[in-house]
Amino acid sequence: MPIVKDMSADSARLIYQRMQLIRKVEEAITIHYREQEMRCPVHLSIGQEAVSAALCAALREHDHVFGSYRGHALYLAKGGDPNAMMAELYGRKTGVAGGKSGSMQLAAPEVGFLCASALVGGTIPIGVGDALAAKLCHSDRVSAILFGDAATEEGVWHEAMNFASLKKLPVIFMCENNFFAVYTHIRERQPDNIHERGAAYAMPGVRVDGNNAEELYNAVSSAVARAREGHGPTLIEARTYRWREHCGPGWDDHLGYRNTEEAKSWMAQCPIKRFERILLDRKIMTVSEMSETEEAAAMQADGAIAFAKASPFPDPSELTHGVYAP
Amino acid sequence: MLHNNAMTREITFHEAICEATLLMMEADKSVFIYGEGVPDPKVIFGSTKGLKERFGDERVFDMPLAEGGMTGVGIGAALAGMRPIMTHQRIDFTLLAMDQIVNHAAKRCYTSGGVQSVPLTIRTIIGRGWGQGSQHSQSLHGFYAHIPGLKVVMPVTPYDAKGLLIASIEDNNPVIFIEHRWLYNLTGHVPEGIYRVPIGSAKVLRAGTDISIVGVSYMVIEALRAAEILAGEGISAEVVDVRSLRPLDGETILQSVGKTGRLIAVDTGWQTSGFCSEIVALTAESLHGKFKCGPRRIGLPECPAPTAPALANHYYPRATEIVRVALEMMERPIHSAIKEHESKVPLDVPDLNFPGPF
Repeated sequence: MPIVKDMSADSARLIYQRMQLIRKVEEAITIHYREQEMRCPVHLSIGQEAVSAALCAALREHDHVFGSYRGHALYLAKGGDPNAMMAELYGRKTGVAGGKSGSMQLAAPEVGFLCASALVGGTIPIGVGDALAAKLCHSDRVSAILFGDAATEEGVWHEAMNFASLKKLPVIFMCENNFFAVYTHIRERQPDNIHERGAAYAMPGVRVDGNNAEELYNAVSSAVARAREGHGPTLIEARTYRWREHCGPGWDDHLGYRNTEEAKSWMAQCPIKRFERILLDRKIMTVSEMSETEEAAAMQADGAIAFAKASPFPDPSELTHGVYAP
Repeated sequence: MLHNNAMTREITFHEAICEATLLMMEADKSVFIYGEGVPDPKVIFGSTKGLKERFGDERVFDMPLAEGGMTGVGIGAALAGMRPIMTHQRIDFTLLAMDQIVNHAAKRCYTSGGVQSVPLTIRTIIGRGWGQGSQHSQSLHGFYAHIPGLKVVMPVTPYDAKGLLIASIEDNNPVIFIEHRWLYNLTGHVPEGIYRVPIGSAKVLRAGTDISIVGVSYMVIEALRAAEILAGEGISAEVVDVRSLRPLDGETILQSVGKTGRLIAVDTGWQTSGFCSEIVALTAESLHGKFKCGPRRIGLPECPAPTAPALANHYYPRATEIVRVALEMMERPIHSAIKEHESKVPLDVPDLNFPGPF
């Protein structure tokens, strides 16, 4: 597999900007969710920002991504409009799907985020089908599929891995292993060797530190190069950690389902803080540039909340529209 | 029977399916076909014959036995602008793909705010008889017709098989295209070239004035036989082929039942919560007071399909059962003469030329 280790300064700045945007948008949700105007389940990515940000930075604009119900990060990382996303969470007409997808099926086809699903693993074979279409059309497009650790327990994951390998399709299988399926630890569900299963399907499988954006970026870049050259799919297991509750804006450590010390140690490994050290060491960004980026992200998040709140609700006549395409 | 004269050309149901696929693959490069057995020596009972030789193995391919995942692959390709045709040799196998069909294919257009669409055609076949039993001969059209976002069609004649398949491939939505194994060798007039039978239109196959027999798939054939027997009894039966279950052509059905005032809904599936119940409900709601007698349903007994011919012979309703129900509704005596019309062919084969096993 070709090894790519050349994160450009532009890519690094993009990753940082997107991580900050994800963090600020998710934090804005935690602040405003209690107002009960966002009336849909939300699954936040605070603590997991590096995975989506690095993945999308290593892709081209015309590449496609597929996600899960924990999809705000992927949406923002691929370049989705924060205003349209927040309006969707607020159930407004200006939402990216006009109030018909909510948070769990959030997508942005206009920037190549084709779909997400509230069903665990649901979009994995769909992403593979997108890659098949690229191959049939002789496009150099790559399809990246982001899913959680529990999705690797679903049958369709195995089916999709098998078919992608069989046809040597340009797919990046990106597993965001945060160790929990809701409140159930991975050790109660599977052998915790996700990356090793790439070998079973005759594709490279690598395990990376999911809170290290540079390591992620390099792994994805290598996989993308392999896919674009027609050598087929790659499985990447990125180990990371969810800070907030499984679903909702709060914390759930009081439930006692996870080791508080373990959670604290992961929070000490904040992907944003760690990347700031890399940026400073490499002299890619200065402290003040990073502060400006952070402030700009916060303003975008606040602007998205304001945009959503000021937007009209969909007209009831919209209810039965769009069930079928013309 | 193949005649070269375009006006009278007759081909079989499976040849009509194959021809529709071939013409669409010629006309549109985004069409491809895959499924278990598509390019194998038996070519889905003849319905995919010659496609691999014509279009190559990129556009005509077999699949891993992964009904769920491979349905997702079709959805993804469709989202990316292709027009895939997926095939299943039995509709029972689609149960492995319910999540992808119901949660994903059927929802994508709506949950994208009408921006995206899934032009995926899923061809499936209902099996029957020769001991195929409970897992190879179910009629699951009612499941699919329940789901907004799916279109569901069940052609009966070779003409409709070709025209509806072309319409399905061209449709920008997921279409569940349900064939019946016993229709495969049925011959009928089929024009050459591309033509469409619009999805959402029923068809009156035989006009009548006394009683409406509204049916789907193979049961329409039994209904036509029943109408012929009833004609001998001086009863004029109208036979309506539903053809499209979702969207449903309520107008044609209501017009027929409104005219005759009598309804028998005949189904290849079970009655309870089944599609024939939908026909009864539709007419009951709209035609209150116009019924001359209570509507009736004819479907399968409330048990899975047995394998033994001795049991299967009591499982599938046939024309004479429709005739008996019609005579009851017309308050006419059910005389023994009906017995003469009972088929001499066992109920587990479509005709005496059928050698099994599938």
